[in-house]
Amino acid sequence: MLRIRCPHCGLRDESEFRYRGDASVARPEGDAATEAFQDYVYERANPKGWHAEWWLHVGGCRQVLKVIRHTGTHAIAAVGLPGDELTIPTSRSAP
Amino acid sequence: MSGSRHETAGSIGRAKVLHFTFDGVTHAGFAGDTLASALLANGVSLFGRSFKYHRPRGVVTAGPEEPCALVTLRTGGRREPNVPATTVELFEGLVAESQNRWPSLRFDLMAVNSLVAPVFAAGFYYKTFMWPKAFWEKLYEPLIRRAAGLGKAGDQPDPDHYDTLHQHCDVLVIGSGVAGLSATRVAAESGARVMLVEQDHALGGGTLVDPALADWREDMLAALQKLPDVQLLPRTTAVGAYDSGVVAAVERISDHLAEPPPFTPRQRLHLIRPQQTILATGAVERLIALPNNDRPGVMLATAARAYVNRYGVLPGKRMVAFVNNDEAYATVRDLGAAGVDVAAVVDPRTPTAIAAEARDGGMNVLFEHEICNVQGFHVVSDVQIRDISSGRSHVVACDLVCLSGGYTPQAQLATQAGLKVEWGDDIAGFAVTGSNERMLAAGAVAGVFGRHEAARHGLVCGHAVAQILNPDDAAVPHHYRPPVPPRRDGPILPFWEVCGKDKAFVDLQHDVTTEDMRLAHREGYSAVEHAKRYTTHGMGTDQGKTGGLVGSAILAEARGEPVSAVGLSKPRPFVTPVSWGALAGMDVGPYFKPERRLPLHDWHKAHGAVFVRIGLWMRPLVYSPTGDTSWNPVLAEARAVRRSVGITDASSLGKIDVQGRDAAVFLDHIYANTFSTLPAGKARYGLMLREDGIVLDDGTTSRLAENHFIVTTTTGQAQNVLEHMEFHHQTVWRDLDVQITNIADQWAQFAVAGPDARDVLKQVVSGLDLANDAFPFIAAGDAVIAGVQGRLFRISFSGELAYEVSIPAGYALYVWEAILAAGKSFGICPYGLDALNVMRIEKGHVAGSELNGQTTAADLGLGKMLKRNGDFIGKMLAQSPGLTDPSRLALVGLHPCDNAKRLRNGAHLVSAAEPNRSQGFLTAACMASEGPQEWIGLAMIEGGHRRIGEVLIATSPIHNEAIDVEIVSHHRLDPENARVKA
Repeated sequence: MLRIRCPHCGLRDESEFRYRGDASVARPEGDAATEAFQDYVYERANPKGWHAEWWLHVGGCRQVLKVIRHTGTHAIAAVGLPGDELTIPTSRSAP
Repeated sequence: MSGSRHETAGSIGRAKVLHFTFDGVTHAGFAGDTLASALLANGVSLFGRSFKYHRPRGVVTAGPEEPCALVTLRTGGRREPNVPATTVELFEGLVAESQNRWPSLRFDLMAVNSLVAPVFAAGFYYKTFMWPKAFWEKLYEPLIRRAAGLGKAGDQPDPDHYDTLHQHCDVLVIGSGVAGLSATRVAAESGARVMLVEQDHALGGGTLVDPALADWREDMLAALQKLPDVQLLPRTTAVGAYDSGVVAAVERISDHLAEPPPFTPRQRLHLIRPQQTILATGAVERLIALPNNDRPGVMLATAARAYVNRYGVLPGKRMVAFVNNDEAYATVRDLGAAGVDVAAVVDPRTPTAIAAEARDGGMNVLFEHEICNVQGFHVVSDVQIRDISSGRSHVVACDLVCLSGGYTPQAQLATQAGLKVEWGDDIAGFAVTGSNERMLAAGAVAGVFGRHEAARHGLVCGHAVAQILNPDDAAVPHHYRPPVPPRRDGPILPFWEVCGKDKAFVDLQHDVTTEDMRLAHREGYSAVEHAKRYTTHGMGTDQGKTGGLVGSAILAEARGEPVSAVGLSKPRPFVTPVSWGALAGMDVGPYFKPERRLPLHDWHKAHGAVFVRIGLWMRPLVYSPTGDTSWNPVLAEARAVRRSVGITDASSLGKIDVQGRDAAVFLDHIYANTFSTLPAGKARYGLMLREDGIVLDDGTTSRLAENHFIVTTTTGQAQNVLEHMEFHHQTVWRDLDVQITNIADQWAQFAVAGPDARDVLKQVVSGLDLANDAFPFIAAGDAVIAGVQGRLFRISFSGELAYEVSIPAGYALYVWEAILAAGKSFGICPYGLDALNVMRIEKGHVAGSELNGQTTAADLGLGKMLKRNGDFIGKMLAQSPGLTDPSRLALVGLHPCDNAKRLRNGAHLVSAAEPNRSQGFLTAACMASEGPQEWIGLAMIEGGHRRIGEVLIATSPIHNEAIDVEIVSHHRLDPENARVKA
């Protein structure tokens, strides 16, 4: 079970959150080509390592959080709000 | 082996005699005994039969690592198979049975497997029972399952209850040996909140088997009990380490009793979220793989020591020990002192100081020797001892063989937590050498052997954790008196195997031999994880705690590599078996899921509602006070709506309040159709797509004011739609000024439908002209209903003139009853979900069975709703070729050609020419409420409405039915929408 430090609510269990996918992809502008939308919906890098992702705090403040999580170790390096610029650690592995 | 009770030794409660039965024979033991110690004391040596070969097996250990002495406990609903007798605390009236024998334990016909042993070698099933394929299910598998196996599971409901506790603490200490107790004390004295979990019922770990440590242990426990923030949890096994430092532990609250006391759970799962965990799980002694090392009477040395020193049981009269380390000499010394005749100590090493002292003290120590065979059938009779250099051997009679192949740190939880585990030559094993920000290891599990050293290490780790928790606290820890002087053991000799003709086991529970390991290597399964799966080594309930490393060593030798290069297979949770009950906790039966009740639940119940579960909601399906389960009450409700007036509780619909300067712009993004053009005071049917172009949900959204909308969703998608809107608002369109509020629980909603609906509502609605031109179809706005400020929407799902009344939930019953009173003279009838479903099928409205996550707007005949201008979710991909293919399944209506026939939900549509190719399926079916008495249905079919007029076959093989059906428009009733606009 992950524990995520919500900026509003504090350290909370994973069961309070809903995973909302990859935060490194951005929705294309409405007039973008179909291919851009296909990439946005279907193409994922699936990295082993640090990964920016969305977690919606459904059982708490209902804010979408941006979480930098290591997909190999499940370590969490940073949690912020969607507009935050979070630093992705440069090391390939967890601290 | 012929065990007996020692007259004084041990810490059992001899004042209290407990009676129990094993395979129907009554025995007596003492309080503080385990089932294993009590059986040994009664002279029982044969505990069970082995997994594949049905060889006689005894007891090997004195703890949860036991591979052999598995028994079935209790009877009826409390029957529990595969319990290690070494962990069962004796209680009065305990009933235990041996397993995997037929017809009896001493005379087991299945032992014939031993004679055909070659066919049971590793991988045998995969290679042999291949063909013919159909034989697997019918012949091979049932046969194999009967012959190989453990105890049988019970088949009656468990009468006990289980509990889950969410725990938080500063420091969790796992294990209460010298390291764990020291760490607990220093952490607790620094002011931290500490939990100490110990799988045994007594705290103390290894100190419990060494009387010299008793005083030290009692002093430590007395000190801990005085500290305010220490929670000591005996009978609690930490079974898994998870992400973010979470540890799961199972507390066996009532397992040591015949049945749980009233209002007490059987077991409790602790989900612990510690700041820091100190792992002090110690080490487990391992076996030596020598021929016939599974004979009853062969036991690990530490176990023999525990039986003597803790339980006061002599596990045999005459012993031979086979040891490769100095620690085991303490066992030999204790057993000798207790009166066991020490026939020989066989040590493959050259003399160490401690071993030489033993020899000089008169013990028959045979250096550079090995045991090369164990003889006896139901019990050991003698062993063959061989001089390693000369190869000469001699036979020594004995009834007890104590093995000590070294000690394996119990690093399972550390591995699960991601801590580094490394080979240590000094201990000939893998120990935890790493730590992370939430866990560190103390004592033997970290490779720090010796009571003195482990106690000091526990102290250092406890202090380290205290410093992490409170870096400002510079206090130097107390230096407690170590329990014993420093260790002076000589080096261990890595010693794994003695080769011989007979089977030498590395996994006693799964009957895996050294030859099986070599076979795995020869056949290419050389990686430790592959060998594990090929041989089932370490896959038993004991997870290879006593022989796992030995198997790796055999594999390493076959590969020509050091053991450190082979490693141990990955120990996944759970470290010891966990009952389903403990995992389920209280979430069973009606408590498996929460139940959501409508504001009018009690009213519905009182009026004969039959409830149906939609998601978590309990919704009235039909009101049938007489218990009539036919279509009659459903059709009566539908006809009331069609002919006069009905009322239904739609409060479970999702309701989302959307406000803000950009609310309309936002909804234009969310919905496939346009809401910015909707005038205030109007409602509009809306369709939402997912970004991949598939329909997400539909519902009616009303504009109450320029910047204020009320979105309704289907019951099933209410949470998803809310999240969908929140997610896109917070990530994609962050700059829009929009506030999204879930008001589903705050507002109750009723539909009042039927030709007389207006006349009924006129009586209760004040200050609003309900005339058709003043409040026409799709009008929406605030209204006072029965004196309560609410909202009124003229929208219809039934296809009749209808209003939806929205009221703050606290007034639901009052307003509902006021409307019923106003409608009494019209014969107003409450209707349930079934009647609503009949009416929507007649009308051709889509619902959950059509909005099934596979359909596009065009598939549902709603393609024209997609706006051409502006960006909305799903716009681009809804145009992709796969979603616009004209041969896609699309919505139609249908009815049987012979109206005496019935339709089946889920029936597939085929043609007579191609009876095995499905062209579509029925999504909904019901009896029609009006018109000809017949079944009608909705279906998704290739080509959709272009095929109206065709006749196909609706086939439902599970009902053995195939009937002709005619495809018709799904708008069966009032396609012009005259009724809703009336």
